[in-house]
Amino acid sequence: MTDISTAPSSVWQQILDHSSRADPYPLYAELRKTPVVRAEDGSYVVSTYREIVTLLHDPRLSSNPRNIPELTDALAQAPDGGPPPLPPNVIQTDPPEHDRIRRLLTWNFGPPHCPGRVDSMLPTMAEIVTSEIDELAVDERSGTTRFDIVDDFAYPFPVTVICRLLGVPREDEPRFQALSDALITAGEPTSGGIVERRRRADIALADLGQYFTGLLDARRGEPGDDLLSELLSGDGPETPLTREEVLSNAALLLVAGHETTVNLITNGMLTLLRHPRVLDRLRRGDEPDLVVRVVEELLRYEPPVQFLQNRNALDDIEVAGTTIPKGTPVTLVLAAGSRDPDVVPDPDRFDPDREHNEHMGFGGGVHYCFGAPLARPETQIALTELARRLENPRLIDDPPPYRSNPFLRGPRHLLVAIDGVNPAHRRPS
Amino acid sequence: MKIVVDLTRCQGYAQCAFAAPDVFTMRGDEALLYHPDPDDTERARIVRAAAACPVQAILLEREGAGQRQPGAGAQGAGPGPDEALKRTGRIVIVGASLGGLRAGLMLRREGFTGSLTVIGDEPYPPYDRPPLSKQVLVGQVPGRRTTLPRRDEVDAQWRLGVAATGLDLTGKQVRLADGEQVGFDRLLIATGVRARPWPNEAEAGLDGLFALRTPVDADGFQQRLAAGPGLVLVIGAGFTGSEVASACRELDVPVTVVERGAAPLVGALGAVIGGIAAQLQRDNGVDLRCGVQVEALEGDGSGRLRRARLSDGSTLDVDVAVAALGSIRNVEWLEGSGLAAGEWGVACDAGCRAFDINGVVTDDVFVAGDVARFPHPLYDYQFLALEHWGNAVTQAGVAAHNMVSAQGERWPHLALPEFWSTQFGTEIKSVGVPTHADQVVIAQGSVPDRRFVAAYGYRGRITAAVAFNQSKWLEFYAALINRAAPFPPSFRTVDQPSDGHPVAAEVPDRPTPEATVVVTGHRPSERRATFVGKTYL
Repeated sequence: MTDISTAPSSVWQQILDHSSRADPYPLYAELRKTPVVRAEDGSYVVSTYREIVTLLHDPRLSSNPRNIPELTDALAQAPDGGPPPLPPNVIQTDPPEHDRIRRLLTWNFGPPHCPGRVDSMLPTMAEIVTSEIDELAVDERSGTTRFDIVDDFAYPFPVTVICRLLGVPREDEPRFQALSDALITAGEPTSGGIVERRRRADIALADLGQYFTGLLDARRGEPGDDLLSELLSGDGPETPLTREEVLSNAALLLVAGHETTVNLITNGMLTLLRHPRVLDRLRRGDEPDLVVRVVEELLRYEPPVQFLQNRNALDDIEVAGTTIPKGTPVTLVLAAGSRDPDVVPDPDRFDPDREHNEHMGFGGGVHYCFGAPLARPETQIALTELARRLENPRLIDDPPPYRSNPFLRGPRHLLVAIDGVNPAHRRPS
Repeated sequence: MKIVVDLTRCQGYAQCAFAAPDVFTMRGDEALLYHPDPDDTERARIVRAAAACPVQAILLEREGAGQRQPGAGAQGAGPGPDEALKRTGRIVIVGASLGGLRAGLMLRREGFTGSLTVIGDEPYPPYDRPPLSKQVLVGQVPGRRTTLPRRDEVDAQWRLGVAATGLDLTGKQVRLADGEQVGFDRLLIATGVRARPWPNEAEAGLDGLFALRTPVDADGFQQRLAAGPGLVLVIGAGFTGSEVASACRELDVPVTVVERGAAPLVGALGAVIGGIAAQLQRDNGVDLRCGVQVEALEGDGSGRLRRARLSDGSTLDVDVAVAALGSIRNVEWLEGSGLAAGEWGVACDAGCRAFDINGVVTDDVFVAGDVARFPHPLYDYQFLALEHWGNAVTQAGVAAHNMVSAQGERWPHLALPEFWSTQFGTEIKSVGVPTHADQVVIAQGSVPDRRFVAAYGYRGRITAAVAFNQSKWLEFYAALINRAAPFPPSFRTVDQPSDGHPVAAEVPDRPTPEATVVVTGHRPSERRATFVGKTYL
């Protein structure tokens, strides 16, 4: 626990510091005392529920980094060497560009054109989960009684799902994992100034784009029934995405699709192990809706995306008595907002039986998480099966070791000891 | 399994349509049409859909319903007259629709444990009307399956199919059509409105002419639509008429819309935005004729509608027509009661207490929903009468709270008016009062792309905003309206329009009602208001 009174740096700096990763929530409570605060780097940090919701719907807040004066100039010059930079992806653009890209990405993914696509993936998700837990059972028979929720389950499962959806070969994982890591590391707020971070992120994205170039080439004339092929063919009523736009956004979907859900599932198992009564209710399985509420409560209580740091003010914006000046980066601390006691009763309690849970786990407004419809059932299925099949699971390290990233926050490993693995039993979905 | 979506809250995230695609369907980017009474086999998906809603707008029938959950108010303040009322009082709600139901739920949540009677002239339990001009017409759901969820939780005596016919304020009795009287300590008037009938009585009886207000109306018209008529005539291009036209086009049925005003929706949105709605209709193949009236409907020998004669001299051969002429407030039963009830509705204060004919507020009679008319500080304290789904819900909630609360704990009904319409794959949403305006400006987006936000201003302050498929931004404009921000908005936003100059809003002149009340007497003690002539249509 950090002692605030003697800490030399601001609350926000302490939150970014790796030492507070296991439990940033007392610091978030401290942060909320000043709903809008100016950080050392000149950005503004917003931490209270109402102010965050307000800003998520404020059209004066941009997601286009080129609106920040420092970046406008820096990004005008092409980087030296390396692959050419990609056009901005859906989370780096504002309407109307954003809306166009999002519509085209959605066309083959969900309603109105493909409403049943995610629902039709649910049996596949269940199969993947079953087979991964079956493998734990094999390990268990060979004498292993402990395993890592992250490496053995929560990471491979969403990666397999996103690979199948996009049409990315699962065996390429070591390659795109390294590229994805580079991108995530590049964006870490402690890793340098805003220009430097942006440059590194753009290079990492371009590298990922290079990887996707190969996949796209393979589809030329031979489209599959995957999202990449469909995005390329563009069978909707509008002009399809350009090839570069497909590269840019496919790279984003791959990264976002496996850097976030892993944390949601892992945070979920960790939270359940810390709340054995809820875990026991899940294990008994006589409350079919419970897991749905558990996942929503997790999104509030331990959200995998702790804050959004890619916004900037297009004009002076007054929020809670503070004026955020035009051209300033803005960070929205979703995880602090979802625990704001002014809006959420008893916010530090993990309570899946809450009557009303309007959390900000997936953000809000036009940039609401694109992958939410996938992440929710993935986590529901994963936690249901883990709860049912693991016999007497116990945490080995509490708190577990955490990854360094403060905004995509999650355990690096989550070691669990078990007495055995129950057999899978199929049930109607 | 009964469900209802609060589409005032909905911002078109489509998370429900991902989770339960056979129950929730998107039309275009943001417009949601859902099945209000889906099969129980969909239950697991629906639970996931409701949980996934980012704005928690989906209300489900609860399992084990009927067991009343005592609200926080149940353990309220110590004994007193209000507490006695809360425990053992008698509350009567006249009107068994959305507002009546929500008021009942709220009363129980507030800890009211006395007797509750809900009186409704229609024989059905409370049902939802918005689907009647949308999902029902396209055949997604029968009109009789739009019953609202959670009625069992109200724990009331439901007197359905019996109209209230009179009110005795002194004796505190509601008279019913069957001769019975129901006594009350507190009364809520939520009798709503009905469809304005075709004015020519002989023509109104023609087979093939429909109004659209009840499930029976909607099912009858839907059957004609499904049979594939040669042409449907819609008389009146307000929200109902426009949505009927949209349903016709979705079914590929030819439709002619005749509107006497300059554009569709002109009464609610003004002629500038109405003009965009007109283009939306024409883009979708509607034969829209504005500035024209239907002068006569003609039938054949067996009383079937055959032809319409229009004011421009033309005729249309039609056998199906919908009269979407607006509404009439259900106030006749209050004649002689001494309340300020007339064709404008029942006037009340911002705390939902009814005014008597002299404009003196009553203590135990409350009003909510379409029939209410209340002052709103944001609009110069003018009295607003709102036929909006969201207003029925919020006003009924405020009324219910105030009915069982002490004076100091009562709430004012100050919600910003909000409404929506789903038509031609477009979600039209409004906050504020667009007719309270002299200018309008496109604040965000693109009119040609049919994705924009229009801001309305009156004397230099923003009074309303209307979005076409851009509802996620409306919260921002609602906040501007709440704090009377300057108009036109001068800040820089994303998606700035190319045509961002304010123009005259072209809202209709506010109607000057004929004199219905005169004031008599000279000295203050003598002054009284009196009705002149018939007070309703």
